[in-house]
Amino acid sequence: MNSRLPTPFRGLRRRLAERAAESDIWEAVELARHDSRPYTLDYADRLVDDWIELHGDRAGTDDHAIVSGVGSFRGRTIAIVGHQKGRDLKERAFRNFGMAQPQGYAKARRVFALADRLGFPVVTMIDTPGAYPGVEAEQGGQAAAIAQSMLAMTRLRVPTVACVIGEGGSGGALAIGVSDRVLMLEHAIYSVISPEGCATILWRDVNQRRKAAAAFKPTARFSYELGVVDTVVPEPSGGAHRDVDRAARLLGDAIGVALDSIEAEPVEQRRALRRAKFRRMGVWLEDGVLVGEKEHEHDPAALPAE
Amino acid sequence: VARDEETEDIQVEVEREETPREQPPARAKLHPNTCPVCKSHYREDELRAVLRVCTVCGHHFPVGAEERVEQLADAGSFRPLAEGLRSADPLAFTDLRPYTERLSEAEVATGLGDALIAGTATIAGMPCVLCTMDFTFMGGSMGSVVGEIFTRASDVAAERGIPLVSVTSSGGARMQENILALMQMAKTVCAVDLLQESGVPYISVLAHPTTGGVIASFAALGDFVVSEPGALLSFAGPRVVQETTRETLPADFGRAESSFEHGLIDAVVKRDDLKAKLGQILRLCAGGTLVPMEPNGEAAVPPPGIVARVLRFLRSSQHGDPHTNGGPA
Repeated sequence: MNSRLPTPFRGLRRRLAERAAESDIWEAVELARHDSRPYTLDYADRLVDDWIELHGDRAGTDDHAIVSGVGSFRGRTIAIVGHQKGRDLKERAFRNFGMAQPQGYAKARRVFALADRLGFPVVTMIDTPGAYPGVEAEQGGQAAAIAQSMLAMTRLRVPTVACVIGEGGSGGALAIGVSDRVLMLEHAIYSVISPEGCATILWRDVNQRRKAAAAFKPTARFSYELGVVDTVVPEPSGGAHRDVDRAARLLGDAIGVALDSIEAEPVEQRRALRRAKFRRMGVWLEDGVLVGEKEHEHDPAALPAE
Repeated sequence: VARDEETEDIQVEVEREETPREQPPARAKLHPNTCPVCKSHYREDELRAVLRVCTVCGHHFPVGAEERVEQLADAGSFRPLAEGLRSADPLAFTDLRPYTERLSEAEVATGLGDALIAGTATIAGMPCVLCTMDFTFMGGSMGSVVGEIFTRASDVAAERGIPLVSVTSSGGARMQENILALMQMAKTVCAVDLLQESGVPYISVLAHPTTGGVIASFAALGDFVVSEPGALLSFAGPRVVQETTRETLPADFGRAESSFEHGLIDAVVKRDDLKAKLGQILRLCAGGTLVPMEPNGEAAVPPPGIVARVLRFLRSSQHGDPHTNGGPA
């Protein structure tokens, strides 16, 4: 069809298509950060019964940017660990905008260890712009805290499911994301740096954030295509905030399916299987041959309908 | 010896008073072989011969991946691994320039396939797997290739039971591979998990700068973590921290010396002493037993470490009284 158009229009059409893709991706970024998007505690409320919140790293601090607790989920006790953002100004400050300090990751590790001892599957909820970039956080070992949290997750004997529910921002997000299955909500984003950070560094202009987002494609669908995410969980039309109860039910169903399938795997192989899962991640050329590109069987259950 | 150290210390103080480090060096205009602190200039061969450490003020210049291997590995002992790996462009990423263009440019500039090289080697006679990073290859950033090379190196170490040594210098994860670059953090951590499960030692050397996704993954997880003087070792860069917190950053923000004070690393080691220090750690890891080496650089009695420890344990439990074991003879 394109070939019949005179040459100048072909360029125009391409530019229009690019612009459309750009605004689609930016829409995902804005939905993922939407003010009324449900946060970890909103899901915990609706997903589990007998919820008990657990506090503190047992070393002097309770980081409010990370919440954790145990509850009963469809017949089993699970532990939930997630980032928590705040809704109004006061709560945002209290939650530090969902940006954890090293003590927050220590809190996560403590709850992982508890869950492992007592046999509770671990469900994590990822929703953070990133780990907190502060002087004290750095002096307290922010980098090592993230690395150790990931390492702690790789060696759990219990099944683990990570859910990217909003903003999956960088190492601070992945710190609680090294799990047997990774779920991602349809309108969540997952990226190595915020679009603003990427625009500032590569374009040297924060106003190019839309372009940056379009270039690095932080969407659920694309993360699935690259094999980073196992299942894209559908959201109510217009986004999870339009119908939080339904969003929680849909997420709960996906978590249930994931836990069932992990529990079917031999427990003594769990750590090796988890390692193998992340071992496969990446796309590169080896002696000129492309390696690692996922040939998706396009499991219809793994992606919501267009 | 003690007197030498004293005089050395005094000299360092004098140098610092003459050239305050706070003064921001006009880095962009300086020749790469001119010391940014004291402006001493070196010919390339001179600088190489002194391990790229300024003989006047002790400033540590950056070292490329291959030169780092030359500095640390015993001559002729390095056998490269995973050489055929190159970055693909899975996102078809273009910022101001296409990713593929930046890659080709870096390949030409450095002569390397990507920002990390790996191989088996001996350091001070001790066998190990050695990985070194090159900051000049796209800021030493970690994409799929860096993650894969580290993982393969680590797997070789785990399989053969020989320690892993990494020397990092990186801005963090490679933005052009976005989520796949982020996943390399998880991948390399999984590789370290296998090393730890296999009881194989891992020594992480942090060179300037080791930041972002590299310090927050494998580089932070060494059984021994040492750094070169003055290296920036923060997760978030100073500018990001300043812009987010609006605080005035301490002058030594994120530097090796500050990290040492806060208990984040085991030692700050000058480059002149690095090889000896690595040799010392490797010998300790092998249980104090020097493993005789064949001329080809392969361990004659593989593998050290675990075997040596198990043998010693067996010997001590056969012949020794467990209650007096470890006590005075």
